Order: sequence, then structure tokens, then C-alpha cells
Amino acid sequence: MTAPVQGEAPRHDDALPVRRRRVPRGVGALYAGNARAVLGRALLATRSSTWMVVLSGFFEPVFYLLAMGYGLGTYIGDVEVAPGRTVAYAAYIAPALLAVSAMNGAVYDSTWNVFFKMHFGKLYQAMLATSIGPLDVALGEIGYALLRGAVYGVGFLTVMQVMGLNLSWTALLALPALVLVAFAFASVGMAITSFMSTFQQMDWINLVMLPMFLFSATFYPLSVYPPLLQHVITALPLWHAVELVRGLTTGIPGSSPWGHVAYFAVMIALGITFTTRRLRALFLR
Amino acid sequence: MADVWVGSPRVLAVNPVIEARALTKTYGELVAVGGIDLQVAPGESFGLLGPNGAGKSTTMRMIGAVSQRTSGTLSVLGLDPDTHGPEIRSRLGVVPQEDNLDTELTVRDNLIVYGRYFGIPRAACARRADELLDFAELADKAKVKVDALSGGMKRRLTIARALINEPAVLMLDEPTTGLDPQARHVLWDRLFRLKERGTTLVVTTHYMDEAEQLCDRLVVVDHGRIMAEGSPAELIRTYSTREVLELRFGSSRNAQAAVDLADLAERIEVLPDRVLLYAEDGEAVLAQVRSRGLDPTTSLVRRSSLEDVFLRLTGRSLIE
Amino acid sequence: MSTEQAPATTGEGSVRDEALAAAVRPRRFGAWYVAEHRLRSMRAYGGTIVIGGIGQPLLYLLGIGLGLAAFLDQPVASGAHGPVSYLWFVAPALMASAAIGVALDEFTYAVLEGFKWRRLFWAMNASPVSPDQIATGLVIAVVGRMGFVVVAYGVLVVLFGATGSVLGALLTPVVAVLGGLAFGLPLLAYSASIKEETGQFAVVQRFIFTPLFLFSGTFYPLATLPIWLQPIGWVSPVWHAAEVGRALSYGSPPGAWPMWAHLLVLVAMAAGGWVVGRRVFVRRLR
Repeated sequence: MTAPVQGEAPRHDDALPVRRRRVPRGVGALYAGNARAVLGRALLATRSSTWMVVLSGFFEPVFYLLAMGYGLGTYIGDVEVAPGRTVAYAAYIAPALLAVSAMNGAVYDSTWNVFFKMHFGKLYQAMLATSIGPLDVALGEIGYALLRGAVYGVGFLTVMQVMGLNLSWTALLALPALVLVAFAFASVGMAITSFMSTFQQMDWINLVMLPMFLFSATFYPLSVYPPLLQHVITALPLWHAVELVRGLTTGIPGSSPWGHVAYFAVMIALGITFTTRRLRALFLR
Repeated sequence: MADVWVGSPRVLAVNPVIEARALTKTYGELVAVGGIDLQVAPGESFGLLGPNGAGKSTTMRMIGAVSQRTSGTLSVLGLDPDTHGPEIRSRLGVVPQEDNLDTELTVRDNLIVYGRYFGIPRAACARRADELLDFAELADKAKVKVDALSGGMKRRLTIARALINEPAVLMLDEPTTGLDPQARHVLWDRLFRLKERGTTLVVTTHYMDEAEQLCDRLVVVDHGRIMAEGSPAELIRTYSTREVLELRFGSSRNAQAAVDLADLAERIEVLPDRVLLYAEDGEAVLAQVRSRGLDPTTSLVRRSSLEDVFLRLTGRSLIE
Repeated sequence: MSTEQAPATTGEGSVRDEALAAAVRPRRFGAWYVAEHRLRSMRAYGGTIVIGGIGQPLLYLLGIGLGLAAFLDQPVASGAHGPVSYLWFVAPALMASAAIGVALDEFTYAVLEGFKWRRLFWAMNASPVSPDQIATGLVIAVVGRMGFVVVAYGVLVVLFGATGSVLGALLTPVVAVLGGLAFGLPLLAYSASIKEETGQFAVVQRFIFTPLFLFSGTFYPLATLPIWLQPIGWVSPVWHAAEVGRALSYGSPPGAWPMWAHLLVLVAMAAGGWVVGRRVFVRRLR
């Protein structure tokens, strides 16, 4: 059964097929199986946004690659990624930058973007007035974040290919890996956002991201740190992301890729669980 | 001077706080204000009534010394806004059309911060803020962030803020636009108290009921020019009849009915949805209409209002 | 009533005198009232300013100044007396970038908010304060925040031993603020001229701020870059401020620009932005 289309419903959503899937009981009140309506709206909004802004998301990691990989690389020889296996500095940091931009994009889309829509755009109130549930909104937004992240990922991997920084065919697998990483960050980001009420609280997210960015074996191996610090860093999600992607683009896995995949699977499960709980508390009182 | 202010002898006795002669403001080709003359006496409650885009806000901005006139003379508090902007602004209170409170600060801090712009010492600001919160009936909201206030409360806070410097003139641009009826009445009550205390008020509005409620004297403005002026009662007396009979025959028949009834009223206006018959005795005219066998779907007899004055002067309604 | 109606008739004289007296303080101190308001608003995010102001330099000095330095196999930079520690080299650039980061924070969305979203500037404008005082007041407040950030940076720089001289320790923060203004005041002028926000600030951040941060000889001498990328440094406040800081800390290597040339560029950028910015404010509010 489909609900009758209301006159004031956003028109572009009508064009999308409204299909309801069977979903587990209890989630039903939150989820109408129509996350793609939300995703469709986000894509339409992208089409009308400034192309320079969309393009800038692609260029940022490229700038870092040029400035750090090549500029700083002049002073740094090859880097040892596994015992006896070395790669050029640019090939060392390129996958790290790829992982960082997946994290940044996913976190931005699931925190600032969602927060703004939640508190200022009042977009969700309009959506929730239709048959769409809060979980549709959450999954739709995450889906949009992933799609965008994947497009940027393809762009950056192409740049790496042109520059000869993809050292193995396994670089192709970096793309699904990036989507996994982005999914994990977006679902946790969304859960965190649902607890935020002011812009000032949102600022703290940046403060947490900065040390991850600087210390997660992004620009140099963990071996420069004292052992205790090394343990702390290997617990952080960005380190897993960098290791996973670097292993794939260089073809030299420094650690088991499945361990990293499992880490992100747990992150996704926790993020989605918390988001759902929180949305229920916020919207179904 | 006496011939200028027929019907308002009160004004002649004193020096005006605001005086404009042949005041104009143009933006390139566009004439926003096309030569207006007006005077406002101390303690008076003066209104500019007109539709949106009539030039009311532009006039207010020139009086408020935030917009330079193109030509004419203007004196506010005996000073020229071109040379004494800060002096004039330091003795005015301005309530803008759109609220521009600092939504990140609390209600009380909004008042204190604004008082500082007038060079009022912090302690004095705080004291004055508390008095004004009582006046605006917001004392229990003092520590609340502005975001959490209703539209009517925000408006009262904006008025309180405009009073922080104990202004010689309080300027209100469309003070109740967008408020619900109850909030409007609360606001009018507060403004009425200010009027009783002798505060000079200058109000722009496109609501005739607001003009009737608040203004001792007003000018009707359209296309940047003054069409008429006087007290609300005088204007109605001069430009309208005592009563109005409103008839609806259905949109297709209104025009013909107006022709048939033309001789019954002093004046007749055909609007898209109804016909207005201006007469001293509306009921009597209605009886005559019925006796002619014309049967309107609805009929209403009411007193003339400023809306009718405006219709007479411009051929248009105030709110379109 | 007799001919002389007490206060009302004599009104003009007294209202006029009252007005003349009331404007004396706002005419003199108006900009400071605006700054006071802005600083009060910053208290709402004071926590992030303080933690970020201390945390960011700490992280960068640890991550780049020590971590990356440990990984470099050859000296990157030289001063007047030969190679210097990497920490000495990056500290002035990181400090200038931090000041510029404050400008990016305060002179973008906050400006449009004042004109458009919350219309605070219009409220100030109706008070005795004038448009150029509003612009000045904003700058005073932002210099205040920059001051806090660079002083915190300066203290950490000293604790890390990341400077080669006392003079460098004392004056580099001042130069960093100048760098912040050389970037910030033109940005203020631009932001004040925006009528509709369609992502311009994101573009400024990613296409101007990020390249200026990365390609300005921040992490290695500008000459390392290919010649066609070096002009980014020449127009970059980060590079000019960093070079002055380096010269103060450990002396310039041979062939470097003289210190006064860097300072001249910084002052010119800040002054140009300031003149245009004030004009934009006046034009928009009057």
C-alpha cells in the first residue's frame, strides 16, 4: 500500500518509486523503507549547488598529495611499509590522504550537514510529516555521504594511477574499502550528531579529528612514537582506515586486512544501533 | 504655517522634533520618496500609513540617520542627519521591521549589550535592563536565550531594547506585522503606556486598525508622496462617509449591480469580490437596495475606516 | 496655558543639547562597544577557543615538529649559521597559520550572519555607532582572539624549545597576528560584499586557505617547490609571516628576502583589505 501523495509533498520525491519493504518489528515506526527518497533529494540538492564547492572536495587531498608527497618527499627517501619492503614517500601518503578524505567527507556529511538540516533547515520536520521515518532520513543521508565519498575516491584513485602511485591491482579494492570506512564514520557521526544541540558542541568534533589526522601513521610510520602511544593510535579508527587502504594500493599489507574490516563492521553496528535508539527517543515520544 | 496643519492646532504651539521639507530619496531611476513634508511634535504619536513599497521605511531610515537624503531639508531633534548622525541616533529608539536581536545571548544580555552602544555605563545598563524587562513583561525570561522566545515576546524585547537609552523619539517600523491578534493587542497596550508617559512615537504601518489604535495624527503615503494627513477621525470625516454598506452579489454580477445602485450612495467602489456603497446611513441604503429587488448574497453595514480613506485616495486597497 | 509651555516649548534646545552630549562617548568609543559585544558572543564558544587554542599548537608541534622531524633523514632548512632544527623551521609558519585560521573562522560566516542571517549589524547601525566603527570593532575583537591563540602558541613554542632566540619568542606572535590580518582583512572585505551565500566560504577555505597553508614553504623551504608553484608563496601571508618569524628566531640564510620586504607585503595586504572593507561596510549599511 502506498500512501496518497499529498499536494505539498516535495515534487521530486514523487518521481521516485515508493516501495515499502518488510522490516523488523519495532523499527517499523522509524523506518518506512524509503531512504532513497531522502537520498534522491540530497542528489537533487547537489545538482543545484555550486560546482566549485563540489569540485573543491576532490581537490583538497590532491593539494595535500602535491605539497606533502612531492614537496616534502624531496627530503624523505623511501618508506619501509613491511620488513624489507619500501615504497616512495608519495606512494606512502597517497592512500593515507585517501582514507583521511573518506573520513572527512563522511564525518562532515553526517555531522555538520545533518545538524544544520536538523536545527536550521527544518528539512527533516517536513520529511517526517510525510510517510518517511527518521531512520529513512538517517540511512538516506548516510547513503548520500557514501555515494559522494565513492565519487571522490574514484577521482583520487585516478590521480594516483596517473602519477604511478597505485603499485598493485589490489588498488581496485581500495574503493569498496573506502565505502566501508566512510560508512563506519558516517554512522558513528550520525549517532554523535543526534546528541548535539548547539553549534559550539559541533566544534568539538573538529578537535577530535585533528589528532587522528596528524598521528594515525598518515605522514610517517608509527615507529617514531614510544610504544605506549603506538598502542593508543592503533585503537583509533583512522589508523585502521589508513592501514587498510595503504595495504591495498601498495599491495603490501602491513597487517591483516580482515582485522580492519571487522573493526569497521563493529563501528557500523554500534553507530546504527545508537542512531536508531536516539532517533526513537527524539521523534517517537 | 497655520494653513499646513488644518485640524491639528496642537502642533503649532511647539517646536517639532522632526521636520522634513520636500524630502526626497532616489535610487538611480527609482524614486522611493518623492518630496514629502512632515512635522512631528514632541509627545505626539505620528503615523505613516501606506501599502508596502510606499516609501515609509525609506523615510524612517532617513529620519533614523542611516540613509542620506537625495534632496530637501530634514531636521531631527534640531540637527541635520547628514552631519549629526551619531547625535541623532543616540537619542532615538528604533524598532526595525525585522527583528535583529542577538539570538545567541540571553534576553537580559541583549538589553545590556545594546545599552553599551550608547555609551551607558555597564551598571546603569543592568539597572535599566531590569526596569525594561518588567515593562515588557519579560522579567521571568531574563536568563532565557532569545531563540526560545515567541514572536510576540521577541517584538516586546526589541521595543525594550529600543528604550534602553530613554529615547526622545521611538520609531517603529511595522511593529505588529506577522504577529497573532493576541500578541498585537499586548504590544499595542505597551505602546499605549509609552504614549501616556509622553514618549514621542513615529509608527509606520499598513494596517488601518493599528494606525487608528496608535496614532494621534497620520499621513497617508503612496508612491513616495503624501496623499493626505490628519487625525484618523478627521481623515475619515474628510475622505469618507460615516458608514459603508458592503454587498456581495457574486463576482460576475458585482459590476452590473454597481451600475444599478449608483444613485443610492454618495460614492460607490467595485472591488473584485464586493461592492462598497458609501453613505451616512447604511441600513437605509440596504433597505432601498432590497426594495429594488436586488438580492445580495451577503450584506454588511459598518463604520468607515482608514481602509476606505486609502481606497478613496488611491483607488487601491492597503493590503493586496 | 501661557505662551511659555514649560518643557515642550523649550524642547528643541534641550533635546538638541541632550543629543550633542549623548553622542560624545559613542563617537569616541563606538568601535570598542562593538568589540565588547563580539567578545561577549565568543564566550558562547569560549571552551573551544581555549581548548583549540592550546590543543592545536600542541598537536601540530608534536605531530609535525617532533614526529615528522624524527622521520626526516636530512636537514630541511638553514639559517644564517647553517642547518637548523626542523622544529625551529616549522614553528613560525604553524603559528601564522593558526592566526589565519582564526581569521577564517571569524571573518566568513560571522560576517554574513551580522548582515543577513541575524542582522546584528543593522541593530548596531541604528545606534549611535557608525558603520566604520562596526568594522573596526569586529577587527579589534578578532585581534583579541588571535592574540590569545598566538600567545598560547608562543608559550608552547618556548616550552618545546622551538625557537632560536628570545627576540624570536617575543616578536613571532606579533608577526603572526599581522599575517592573520593580511589574510583576514581582505577576506572581511570580500565577506561583507556577499549578498547570498552559495558556498563561497567553502571555496575560500579549500581553494585559497588550504593551498596557502600547504604551498607557502610551511613544511619545507619555498624554493623546494617547482618555480611555477612558488608565486603562491609570494602572495601568501603564511610565507611572509613565517619568513619574518624565522629570521627573528635564527637569522635568514643567504639569498633570502630582506625582512622589511616581507613586512611591507603583509602591511600592504592588511591595509588594502582594511580600506576596502571599511568602504564595503559603509556602503552596505548606509
